Amino acid sequence: MSAGITVPLYRAAHGRTGDKGNRSNISVIAWHPDLYPVLLAQVTEAVVARHFAHRRPARVQRFELPQLAALNFVLDEVLDGGVNDALNLDTHGKALSFWLLDLPIEIPAALAPLLAGPP
Amino acid sequence: MTPSPPSPLLIGCAAGFSGDRVDAAGPVVDTLIARGGPAFLIFETLAERTLALAQLRRRADPDAGFEPLLDDMLRPVLARCLAHKIRIVSNFGAANPLAAARHIQAMAAGMGLPAPRIAVVAGDDLSGAQHEPLLDPLLRAQLGAAMDGIRKVSANAYIGAEAIAAALDAGAQIVVAGRVADPSLTVGPAMSHFGWRADDWDRLARATMAGHLLECGAQVCGGYFADPGYKEVPDLDAVGYPIAEIDSEGNCIIGKAARTGGVVSLAGVKEQLLYEVHDPAAYLTPDVVADISAARLSQAGPDRVALSGVRGHARPASLKVNVCHEGGWLAEGEISYAGPRAEARARLAAEVLRRRLPGLALRVDLIGALSIMGDDAGRLLAHTPAGDARDVRLRVAATHADRAQAERLPREVTALYCCGPAGGGGVRTSLTPRLNTLSCLVPREAVPLRFEMLEGVQ
Repeated sequence: MSAGITVPLYRAAHGRTGDKGNRSNISVIAWHPDLYPVLLAQVTEAVVARHFAHRRPARVQRFELPQLAALNFVLDEVLDGGVNDALNLDTHGKALSFWLLDLPIEIPAALAPLLAGPP
Repeated sequence: MTPSPPSPLLIGCAAGFSGDRVDAAGPVVDTLIARGGPAFLIFETLAERTLALAQLRRRADPDAGFEPLLDDMLRPVLARCLAHKIRIVSNFGAANPLAAARHIQAMAAGMGLPAPRIAVVAGDDLSGAQHEPLLDPLLRAQLGAAMDGIRKVSANAYIGAEAIAAALDAGAQIVVAGRVADPSLTVGPAMSHFGWRADDWDRLARATMAGHLLECGAQVCGGYFADPGYKEVPDLDAVGYPIAEIDSEGNCIIGKAARTGGVVSLAGVKEQLLYEVHDPAAYLTPDVVADISAARLSQAGPDRVALSGVRGHARPASLKVNVCHEGGWLAEGEISYAGPRAEARARLAAEVLRRRLPGLALRVDLIGALSIMGDDAGRLLAHTPAGDARDVRLRVAATHADRAQAERLPREVTALYCCGPAGGGGVRTSLTPRLNTLSCLVPREAVPLRFEMLEGVQ
């Protein structure tokens, strides 16, 4: 079995944040379908909840879209009230996808050629 | 011999929010004209906050309260749309669709154009006292103590496509609406054009997702996507706006205006398909519950992505109503520190403000070190070791119901000039009234919807 390499999630996936009220959704979309099982195994609800611990999510749900090689995360109550209530400059939480995309994940060495961007 | 399928419907979107580029519509309209066939132009210009602000403007002036950029958006393309039978559908009526329609009527007259048939969609606005017997018990039952002491500014139901479709069936060339759900701007034209029934769930769901892809304008054409080294977008400065080609089954191909920048790619369309979606099997709109759990996307050519596999389920029995209410005062202040030990000086300034402002729950940002990723309570900042950032803008913010209390913040930030750490400069402060939002559900039948053709036109 080949050794894995640890990379930030953004090398394996891209995504976008959306908001409705005090709820944020973040898509995590594999750059290649062969990377999707790695996301499925490692980017779990528990891992995402831990990564956003400072935002105190009331709940984290993950929805799987294998035909798009994508995951959709829904994080409840992470926007300090949402667009009209938060004191954050980014009241929508637009930047949160990039917080998630910084998550370290381990990729089998054989999949390394599928990673995006400069190493 | 099988009859040839009906020609696809083209729907271009020239705005994804209030304040979007006003030069977006030109290339979209050029492309619709060049391609020929039945076509619509939509402008999506409403958000939670936009509508509340429009309600406040209408309160101050009964002729105001529609999209402030209406003139700039529509004037450059109005004549060509009317001449080429491109019909226009928008929620740019905001809090005052009737005033917007009159404004367009006057604009057309002023430009020497034949008077267009303009329809006004009404019924979404539940702000008036006459709606309180309906709304107040529902708000109380659904929100309980959150309702105590609030001062309502406005209430609007998210309504669907049916009134739009009916107005188009009646011959409207321009349909002006307020708070219709964003995708309904696309569903209405598709329902009218193809003659779909209001319970044709699969087709409505497919058109809904076409509308979902269109409703943020450039966001499906490479806008809000570029990330150098990872996601390249050509000519982002001239990013194009989208055009959906919808077939009689509701399936669509997303493309963009000709001779524009940007890119319609699988990766970008995937991002937009999931944008603001929660459960992919149940995307709730007033028209239908759309299900994209088995949706597929494929590249159908350069800058063309096809969406298929969308299913629909019966629409919700209730409509969502957003209630805006006064939210006290937002106070903000900023000051910059740069050079050696800048972060340490900014952190000290924040500590000074905390001690000087008891009774205000301060949010602290160290812009250049840690800001928008943090939470209002400062947990992330507290757990982030002090660094040595050399160009830091300290920002503090707080709200208070009492203006006099909120005003303490800008004063103390300004006082940092003489009383704070060394070398602080560039103070900016602001004090603004806030609007907050609550949502509740209202039985659909309690919100009668209608359209009216604007008087005074043939």
